[in-house]
Amino acid sequence: MSLRIVVTVKYVPDATGDRHFADDLTVDRDDVDGLLSELDEYAVEQALQISENSDDDVEITVLTVGPEDAKDALRKALSMGADKAIHVEDDDIHGTDAIGTSLILAKAIEKAGYDLVVSGMASTDGTMGVVPALLAERLGVPQVTLLSEVSVEDGTVKGRRDGDAASENLEASLPAVVSVTDQSGEARYPSFKGIMAAKKKPVQSWDLSDLDIEAEEVGLEGSYTTVENAAERPARTAGTIVKDEGEGGKQLAEFLAGQKFI
Amino acid sequence: MAEVLVYVDHVDGAVRKPTLELLTLARRIGEPVAVALGNGAGDTAAALAEHGAVKVLTHEASEYADYLVVPKVDALQAAVEAVSPAAVLVPSSAEGKEIAARLALRLGSGIITDAVDLEAGDEGPVATQSVFAASFTTKSRISKGTPVITVKPNSAAVEAAPAAGAVEALSVSFSAQATGTKVTGRTPRESTGRPELTEAAIVVSGGRGVNGAENFGLIEALADSLGAAVGASRAAVDAGWYPHTNQVGQTGKSVSPQLYIASGISGAIQHRAGMQTSKTIVAINKDAEAPIFDLVDYGVVGDLFDVVPALTEEIKTRKG
Ligand SMILES: Cc1cc2nc3c(=O)[nH]c(=O)nc-3n(C[C@H](O)[C@H](O)[C@H](O)COP(=O)(O)OP(=O)(O)OC[C@H]3O[C@@H](n4cnc5c(N)ncnc54)[C@H](O)[C@@H]3O)c2cc1C
Ligand SMILES: Cc1cc2nc3c(=O)[nH]c(=O)nc-3n(C[C@H](O)[C@H](O)[C@H](O)COP(=O)(O)OP(=O)(O)OC[C@H]3O[C@@H](n4cnc5c(N)ncnc54)[C@H](O)[C@@H]3O)c2cc1C
Repeated sequence: MSLRIVVTVKYVPDATGDRHFADDLTVDRDDVDGLLSELDEYAVEQALQISENSDDDVEITVLTVGPEDAKDALRKALSMGADKAIHVEDDDIHGTDAIGTSLILAKAIEKAGYDLVVSGMASTDGTMGVVPALLAERLGVPQVTLLSEVSVEDGTVKGRRDGDAASENLEASLPAVVSVTDQSGEARYPSFKGIMAAKKKPVQSWDLSDLDIEAEEVGLEGSYTTVENAAERPARTAGTIVKDEGEGGKQLAEFLAGQKFI
Repeated sequence: MAEVLVYVDHVDGAVRKPTLELLTLARRIGEPVAVALGNGAGDTAAALAEHGAVKVLTHEASEYADYLVVPKVDALQAAVEAVSPAAVLVPSSAEGKEIAARLALRLGSGIITDAVDLEAGDEGPVATQSVFAASFTTKSRISKGTPVITVKPNSAAVEAAPAAGAVEALSVSFSAQATGTKVTGRTPRESTGRPELTEAAIVVSGGRGVNGAENFGLIEALADSLGAAVGASRAAVDAGWYPHTNQVGQTGKSVSPQLYIASGISGAIQHRAGMQTSKTIVAINKDAEAPIFDLVDYGVVGDLFDVVPALTEEIKTRKG
């Protein structure tokens, strides 16, 4: 038996950098370093663990939709241990929204062939947390999402979803789309050997025509949403800061009373 | 006037506060029609009517509890077909966002998630989002199809606005996908008796500086003196001092209370992402250089083991 896993990984601007918008109100990617979305490292990790715990022949493909530099995200995932990579890159993709992104990813996943898709819980830039559900809808397969624990055995994926009201145990037959949270287990660091090996692993590049997608279906033009305005949040006015010399608790209570919280 | 569908988040008929907020926002763009699903759906009608629902569409079936997400999408889709609404509003929980996304795709519509405000616009509702760890505010709208928008808790004040709230049974036929993901077990979360983190007016949080599960009692005592919810940083959660359900931040809950009190929390960008939109921010930290102080309305540089108990005492005294 063999198991084909596709892990979706996003290349995002570094959250600790000075993120802002370009003139067309898309994310400015030129001024901020990009990296593999940290939450997708957990997806790569769980794919590797599924592979390590499996008797089957497992092949892990990492997939990204993004600009030229997004190859860095693929390299990182390959150096963690994924087998091969697919980069969907096309000038017409610039500015694609979640609905469009899910179209491109779904077509690429179908073309690559898959038994299991593993995604992160959310990107660290758009942070919508919707792409895995959209992929399941498009692919017509079960969604087993937001898992803090996941396992695959005999064509069945099982996992635990820790929600607000309850913890749920979930189960679905493959093929399926899974997403994992940052509670699923620390992601490994690439080893030196892994980094060297990654350089030799295949990275395929596909554009929209390889996926039979028309330019008008995606990008800013094809978008289902329009950003009308983006404004930097005004800096908070400097607050009062006191040093505790025995009275700090009382002074704070006084402030809270003044604000009618007590 | 155009109808606006509001997805009802309820527990066995008890409507959660974010849904009441949605009804308030829905009235800005049309007449709210609520959709309540699952066990106790019919019991939601009185609360929904009191807050402006002209109609309440209900459907009870075991599928909503036994399978993940898709049965609810099927039902909302049936409601959209029955009503032809001007927009669909869903509370921004993890599940709410997934339901909304799949619905939008089926309707050939766009989706906006995590709106913090909503206004009527010439070309449809305009949503305000707070992005990049709340460092930018954007205004967006959906340019194709029926707008599907998820709204964060605490985005509007709940207003009573009595309406008919006529209950109608919704007719739903489940899709082939509905039973794809089985819920084989469910452990309900035990109630602490404290307010829900995302709904609370006051949140008191502790971080690595709290230095141990046993010390979280200090944070809880302060929270209880204020009737507040308890939050925690990821460092405190990862150390096993407090449950993950209480984590505030990018991969935890995003909160927007009237008052946020952070103790022993440095204010990393991922933590700020979850609390920066709080109205009033207070921090207690022994490091005067901690980045959290850039955000505060009031900060105390000091040892939380001194300041927090003193504060709790003083609050208790003042409250008598
Ligand atoms: C600040 C901001 C706000 C936005 N708001 C909206 C909005 O309201 N509506 C809207 O339609 N679009 C919005 N977008 C655009 C949207 O972020 C992108 O289209 C995006 O790729 C999908 O959403 P996400 O990044 O939030 O991903 P999420 O749904 O949070 O991502 C979940 C998982 O999906 C996978 N994934 C997501 N994108 C990719 C990719 N490009 N390549 C590979 N895997 C991927 C990853 O595994 C990821 O962990 C916004 C973008 C930004 C930067
Ligand atoms: C992808 C990703 C997602 C993340 N998501 C989240 C998230 O959702 N939520 C989150 O919180 N973090 C998140 N993080 C982690 C985040 O980057 C920080 O590591 C974390 O917020 C630090 O927690 P802290 O402030 O409690 O600890 P620290 O940064 O270690 O700060 C502890 C603070 O306590 C102070 N202190 C110590 N002792 C005392 C004392 N006795 N009295 C007073 N003050 C004292 C110190 O001066 C210090 O400022 C995420 C990180 C990543 C990479």
